[in-house]
Amino acid sequence: MNTKCAECDGPINVPNDVIVGEIVSCRDCGVEYEVSEIRGGVALLKPAETVEEDWGE
Amino acid sequence: MQLTILFDRLRWEEKALKKEGENEGCEASLLDAKGLVLEVSTPRKRNGLGDLALQRCISHYRALYLTKILENMSLEVVNSSAVTENCGNKLLTTLLLGKARIPTPKTYIALTPDTVPQAAEALGFPLVMKPMTGSWGRMVSLARDGETLQSMVELREQLQNPAEHMYYLQEFVKRPPRDIRAVVAGDEIAACVYRYAPEGEWRTNVARGGISKAFKPDEELQELIHRAAQAVGGGVLGVDAMESRDGYLIHEVNNTVEFKGAQSATQGSIPRKIIKYVLSRGKK
Repeated sequence: MNTKCAECDGPINVPNDVIVGEIVSCRDCGVEYEVSEIRGGVALLKPAETVEEDWGE
Repeated sequence: MQLTILFDRLRWEEKALKKEGENEGCEASLLDAKGLVLEVSTPRKRNGLGDLALQRCISHYRALYLTKILENMSLEVVNSSAVTENCGNKLLTTLLLGKARIPTPKTYIALTPDTVPQAAEALGFPLVMKPMTGSWGRMVSLARDGETLQSMVELREQLQNPAEHMYYLQEFVKRPPRDIRAVVAGDEIAACVYRYAPEGEWRTNVARGGISKAFKPDEELQELIHRAAQAVGGGVLGVDAMESRDGYLIHEVNNTVEFKGAQSATQGSIPRKIIKYVLSRGKK
């Protein structure tokens, strides 16, 4: 299940067993995407949240 | 039993916890907190949220506020909002560790930039400056002298968040190039690892490339780990310790403990131990 990066058009590998909420990233530019929906076997992506000051353990 | 695992960034840990929940025979589901809209002005039932929840959001404030809302619906949440609050703020953690007489690095708070030099004089150099909220070693800085410290303060003053204009300053503990991470689930130490700093880095956080190696803690360390976990309220926690010249020091307790690094160095299943503890909380 592969798709293309909205930023650089590079390839994004999406595992076949991916679930909604998982993070995938572009191999070329590193931009991260979150799987927002899986429709008809295709993963729809949205830009992932970027690190905030209060993120962590 | 229905267990809801709350997340805002789905990682290996959350998937492993769901799998172990299912292995334990409960109905475990993952719920993205970012999509929740909750009416909070009238008492609500916890429809659709199961019997208990495991809070795994990595945003501190999102985790704290959501947990408070769910607790208001009489839903058992692990960790509780009180524990989240205690661990998510380094000042509160230090106060609680100190109150429980748990050895912790000497720490000063300067409430204005002007009083930072006084705190530095009391601590001596080098010293460590940390943000009160935040993790993964982010913005944790080592000041070897007054000039460096002054530059760090000036940079912090440029930040918009007023909480960053109060200064948490800590002694730099002379220790081996490693620290200790214990994953605690209730009364059990699920794993204990040394975390080695990567080359060219003094911070040992796995998020900074730290390498984990499992070991069996001695009795003294075990007792300190349990006491530190209890001091913040108990639950599923990551207790961090250092080996100083004068003995162990507990320097941090984390409420949304990451354990992928520890699991890679540990034989027993950490998520299984966490899930068993969480489910035991649901039965009480």
